[in-house]
Amino acid sequence: MASLGKIARRTFLIGSAAVAGGVAFGVYAARQPFPNPNLDDLGDGAVSFNPWVVIDNERVTLVAPHADKGQGIFSAQAALIAEELDIDLDQVEISFGEPDRAYFNTAITEAAAGFPMYDMSPTAERVRGFLGGVAKLAFPMMATGGSSAIPDVYDKLRQAGATARETLKLAASQESGVPVAELRTERGAVILPDGTEMPYTALAATAARIEPVMGVVLRDPADWRLAGRPMERVDIVRKSTGTLTYGIDFRTEDMRFATIKVNPRQGGALNGYDATEAEAMPGVERTVEITGGVAVVANNTWRAFRAANAIQFDWGDAPYPAEQEAHWDHLAGIFDDEHLNAEARVEGDVDAAEGEEISGEYRSPYIAHAPLEPLNATVLVTDTRVDIWTGHQIQMFAEQIVSEITGVDQENVHLHNHFIGGSFGHRLEFEFIRQAAEIANQMRGVPIQMTYSREEDFAHDFPRHITMGRGVAKVLNGQVNSLDVQIAGQSVMRSQMGRMGFNLPGPDTQLHEGAWDAPMFNLPNLRVRSYRTEALAPVSSWRAVGAGPNVFIYETLLDEAIHAAGADPLEERIRLMGHDVSVGVLEAVGEMCGWSGPNIGEGRGRGVAYGFSFGVAVATIVEVTHTDAGIRLDHVWMAADVGQVIDPVNLENLAQGGVVFGLGHAINCEITYSDGMAQQTNYHAHEGMRIWQCPPIEFRALETNPKIRGFGEPPIPPSAPALGNAIFAATGQRIREMPFNKHIDFV
Amino acid sequence: MRLTVNGTEHEVDVEPDMPLLWVLRDELNITGPKYGCGIAQCGACTVHVDGFAVRSCQLAIGDLVGEVTTIEGLGTPDNLHAVQQAWIEHQVAQCGYCQSGQIMQAADLLAANPQPSDADIDAVMGGNLCRCGTYPRIRAAIHSAAARLQEA
Repeated sequence: MASLGKIARRTFLIGSAAVAGGVAFGVYAARQPFPNPNLDDLGDGAVSFNPWVVIDNERVTLVAPHADKGQGIFSAQAALIAEELDIDLDQVEISFGEPDRAYFNTAITEAAAGFPMYDMSPTAERVRGFLGGVAKLAFPMMATGGSSAIPDVYDKLRQAGATARETLKLAASQESGVPVAELRTERGAVILPDGTEMPYTALAATAARIEPVMGVVLRDPADWRLAGRPMERVDIVRKSTGTLTYGIDFRTEDMRFATIKVNPRQGGALNGYDATEAEAMPGVERTVEITGGVAVVANNTWRAFRAANAIQFDWGDAPYPAEQEAHWDHLAGIFDDEHLNAEARVEGDVDAAEGEEISGEYRSPYIAHAPLEPLNATVLVTDTRVDIWTGHQIQMFAEQIVSEITGVDQENVHLHNHFIGGSFGHRLEFEFIRQAAEIANQMRGVPIQMTYSREEDFAHDFPRHITMGRGVAKVLNGQVNSLDVQIAGQSVMRSQMGRMGFNLPGPDTQLHEGAWDAPMFNLPNLRVRSYRTEALAPVSSWRAVGAGPNVFIYETLLDEAIHAAGADPLEERIRLMGHDVSVGVLEAVGEMCGWSGPNIGEGRGRGVAYGFSFGVAVATIVEVTHTDAGIRLDHVWMAADVGQVIDPVNLENLAQGGVVFGLGHAINCEITYSDGMAQQTNYHAHEGMRIWQCPPIEFRALETNPKIRGFGEPPIPPSAPALGNAIFAATGQRIREMPFNKHIDFV
Repeated sequence: MRLTVNGTEHEVDVEPDMPLLWVLRDELNITGPKYGCGIAQCGACTVHVDGFAVRSCQLAIGDLVGEVTTIEGLGTPDNLHAVQQAWIEHQVAQCGYCQSGQIMQAADLLAANPQPSDADIDAVMGGNLCRCGTYPRIRAAIHSAAARLQEA
């Protein structure tokens, strides 16, 4: 096993925890499960076999604790339990459950182990297992993020279903006298050999007196009846009829509607304000001072918005450069030893490598998350209990923050999670929870629904980190011989985790993720170095995090090199790749589009890009035409390998949506600062893709990856470089900066 | 002030410049229409007034003439509109937050143009933003709904 010191150096996410918690607790304690939270207030005759299955004499409830912000994990969790439990989804209730450490995410630390996620060596796997155990002891985080939910729940939810099924069979055997081996299960009932059905609900009381049957062997996916084939998402009817309650739709008796204004220079001081006019406006109950700003409490959200706009503020300066150009200048000045984040990958010798040299500088701007449901939370504080109605991806940490603000013990703080109207990383943050709690804490006994205006949501987004890349490639004898990639960026992990109170040691691997771990083992010379700063605007995880900018830099430089070498963009990538899964997706996407090279006629072009992120290899080809009105997107093909498909329809939806998301932002989105404030205030200035720009998007899922993977983020990284490379093929113009519309017009 | 929503008459005590969206959401607790941008850039608030799609965030209640239909009045889980059926069949929604507006806009499109081309769809649906990127499925679902309505 790797030494603890080595693990500490490799670790970024829970580095201090690894050092402090590891050896002292040992592996045994790390593997013990947390107590089942459903047992705390279980009624007579009800049974809960594990944290995910509760049965009483009326209903079967499946607990699906991962946050659903559109990715479909609510349905997927229920399906994985139901698959083994032998029950159909129309027979169960599904709940987000109470936040509890029993639901801590065992997969989210995997990326922190410091090994590329395709590395299945015993050492890599041991360190991952060790980190998972340490994380549980030191910082058991119930969290949805990092495309980790499916890998987290894949085994444990099927095991939960299987345990419940076998225990129910044992209960049926005790009641009927029929041996377990002669029983079968179907549609929520144990079936006796004579066809008699014993519904699970009728067996609950007996099952409650039995020790759950553990260690049940899971079914082969080939035998699945629910998962692995198209499913109707359990939220789809509600989402198609306006009947689903998002956090912003929550209503309760005597609720007040509030909004906030906080210094648009993020982190700047509130020097003073005058709310006299606002307080006299219709429907306004009062204004309330909160950290760094002021809230208006009214009887209607629109009245609160209007009154907030009438407050006169004196804001302090931003704790980062006021003008955007200074952000770029700062990044340009940190490619040095002092700012070295990591020399993440060294193969061969890029300095000594021979060949014709190609070099470029690349820019990836700040971008807003801007999900369509603006940030909101409803909070009711009393002296003994707090209730929070919102949607959040790190529920227990939100409860802890509210406990600290209100002084109410965390066990009496209850977050009721809701479906989320998009996140892309937005709901990993806590400011809106803090603000709603600060208001409600000053108005105890009154439920307060705090909603951001869209303008406030843009002003107070912690955007995707800004990144600058520098690359030097060398080509020799018609092949790419060397890539030297340097990436400088604002540290997203230190910024984000810093707001949670964690001071992270070691490098921020997100600053080279997607570049250092590209499995192009046949490239003889490769060096990837990253440089880190914390002097710029506060930033946060934005769908695909570091891999978004880094794959753009890497794959654009690579494409330039391939062009200079006179090689084929698809064939040369396949030649460089020493990883079967990755070769598979490249060959698949070439076959899907009938690849015949990048140039397919006057003014038309195809671009290839490959991205490896969150353990998933993705290959994307974009086809464009250069028309008189600008670049038109004609077609997109994508192949990806997630190991095991849970729902092919949802997976295709995520793939198509990921392409739209990746391309839309690459075309027209950036956040720029002036006078310390984001200049983009609403969707007119940060639009993303509209339906009329959206080309047909074809997707193929492969299943050769040795581990099952999540797919929320992996479609994003290769989208932007595939488009840039297509534009080059069509026009001869190489674009090295996003958004592309700064350099070329789009239809 | 009086207004009729989904066939039911309501009386509300609000200033005439309050947008219809906020009368629906915060005065009447009809939450199907969503707040996304407040400036007619996203379409999540789309409702029908006398059958025509309007952005309820831009229509002052004092200027409202006609009966309002929201997503809740278009069809229900037990009695789906053809567009809603198509949305379910194609599993359009991801987060779903924009879909009330998308569906109301699509229903208006099909009422005016029973057999829209992709170009017609793009022209009419261009004001409805979907951050999750469900556009390919929206197009497919509108074609399915058109076929379903033709059969009916």
